[in-house]
Amino acid sequence: MTVAALEVADLQKTYANGVKALRGVSLAVQPGDFFALLGPNGAGKSTLIGIVSSLVNPSAGAVRIFGHDLARERGTALSLMGLVPQELNFNQFEKPFDIVVNQAGFYGIPRAVARERAEKYLKELQIWDKAQVPSRTLSGGMKRRLMIARAMVHEPRLLILDEPTAGVDIEIRRSMWKFISAINRAGTTVILTTHYLEEAEQLCRNVAIIDKGTIIENTTTKRLIAQLDVETFVLDLAAPMVAAPSVDGVRITRVDDQQIEVEMSRGHDLNSVFATLTQSGIVVTSMRNKANRLEELFVRLVDGAQAPKAGAA
Amino acid sequence: MNFSLQLVALGTILRRELNRILRIWGQTLVPPAITMTLYFVIFGNLVGSRIGQMHGFAYIDYIVPGLIMMSVIQNSYGNIVSSFFGSKFGRYVEEMLVSPMPSWVILTGYVLGALARGLMVGAIVLAISFCFTHIQFHHVWVTLSTFVLSAAVFALAGFINAVYAKKFDDIAIVPTFILTPLTYLGGVFYSVELLPPFWRSVSEANPILYMVNAFRYGLLGISDVSLVTAYAVMIGAIVVLGAISLRLLEKGVGLRS
Ligand SMILES: Nc1ncnc2c1ncn2[C@@H]1O[C@H](COP(=O)(O)OP(=O)(O)OP(=O)(O)O)[C@@H](O)[C@H]1O
Ligand SMILES: [Mg+2]
Repeated sequence: MTVAALEVADLQKTYANGVKALRGVSLAVQPGDFFALLGPNGAGKSTLIGIVSSLVNPSAGAVRIFGHDLARERGTALSLMGLVPQELNFNQFEKPFDIVVNQAGFYGIPRAVARERAEKYLKELQIWDKAQVPSRTLSGGMKRRLMIARAMVHEPRLLILDEPTAGVDIEIRRSMWKFISAINRAGTTVILTTHYLEEAEQLCRNVAIIDKGTIIENTTTKRLIAQLDVETFVLDLAAPMVAAPSVDGVRITRVDDQQIEVEMSRGHDLNSVFATLTQSGIVVTSMRNKANRLEELFVRLVDGAQAPKAGAA
Repeated sequence: MNFSLQLVALGTILRRELNRILRIWGQTLVPPAITMTLYFVIFGNLVGSRIGQMHGFAYIDYIVPGLIMMSVIQNSYGNIVSSFFGSKFGRYVEEMLVSPMPSWVILTGYVLGALARGLMVGAIVLAISFCFTHIQFHHVWVTLSTFVLSAAVFALAGFINAVYAKKFDDIAIVPTFILTPLTYLGGVFYSVELLPPFWRSVSEANPILYMVNAFRYGLLGISDVSLVTAYAVMIGAIVVLGAISLRLLEKGVGLRS
């Protein structure tokens, strides 16, 4: 049996201010996997990653990295992992080259090797021309890439990236995706958090969705996307509607007096919906596709997770 | 992480600390030079020439060891407190926390950086003192060991201060309200034998008294306290403060949420 690249068991975190950020999270990520952690703001993604990288003390639970327990074999566990954090955390007065070389030093890599690696990764991330300027003068996207180079310099077997592409333009985002994919193909296990479903869809084989400190879905990206075979339309109405009519195989929900949402599986005909609406004397003035697929997915999953408790009301 | 890897990591921290001291030399090396020159001119020359001898030495000669010790203490403390707090404030302490470096490597790296700053400043002040007096090293090993031990004591104290500090005010409070008074009352400018018995015993609770006097013994061959006591105080303080610092790092106090 292969040992998981990352295994977390019943992780809980209550911050000093009483916020319960994690309420018993268990996950396993297999070696070689490209794994996405999806979740809305404040779901607990960074907290989870903070605990795994030893920046946050867990309130309960265990972390194992390639089988090494983080609490008992801290050094070995951490040497196998590289972290690209969500917030900038390098010395803005130091130069990118020094930042990357020093990070290698913290892992015990001799300086000559460290310099070669720093050059290699700064070049691969296309910021070599900025290697010798104070890092505060880099653009936001360059700073993110600097943190990726820094995380790779000790060539970890597990790379964790917390929203690596937030605030990065499309072109750079794609080149970052290419870099990370290549790293993954070369054998590094990659975990990334993101708000973009597209990113998970393009890159990741497996996905977990976290919400309010709980994992609400843990599956393959393919299966998750398949669940999106449902489409939602937003309809604006000419006059306030009294009651939402019902149509077989379609869920109609009232958003407000003059707006409804129509949810149906892809390919279902729209004619029956409009026929029913017409019969009920409801006039539609405009119609659009509900845009954010990830949001839609969250809503469905979160609703689903709460449905048994909420009852059929 | 085996020992040779740990040494590489230690060297990395030390090198980064040295680069920092030299990069901001206007904040790290120049101010003590100016302050000490003023002390020499005012207390040594102007005031000192009217004071007469103290324990058989010209007043300026008598205070030189204390002034050097004072700048060593203040600068090793100041170096570690601002460098380590800066790394917390700028979050780059996380670079070290996510690495496999054990706590003792982080602590030793910062303490060695503080010792280096103390050594540089001590050398500068010593060089300045040659312009005003003719110092000789009575006991070289006492001088050097006192220098290293007292710088280490205050480096560790500064480290603990930085661990607990949440804002810049917190790293200014201790030097202003504790370190400076203790230094002035630690026998830099006078012999405690001049004090009434009550105040003399109060002074004996001040660790800086032992450092200043051991250092004075190294340079001039005279001391108000016994050398054995002085070494015991310094080594004891290092053991206690070192153990506290390591424990704080292990638990992640002020570093991990
Ligand atoms: N240091 C802290 N002290 C107190 N509460 C915190 C701390 N860090 C995070 N929290 C709280 O814990 C919860 C989870 O935060 P976390 O940063 O893990 O979310 P996230 O999923 O990463 O969100 P985002 O997508 O916005 O980055 C939030 O309610 C947040 O306010
Ligand atoms: Mg986050």
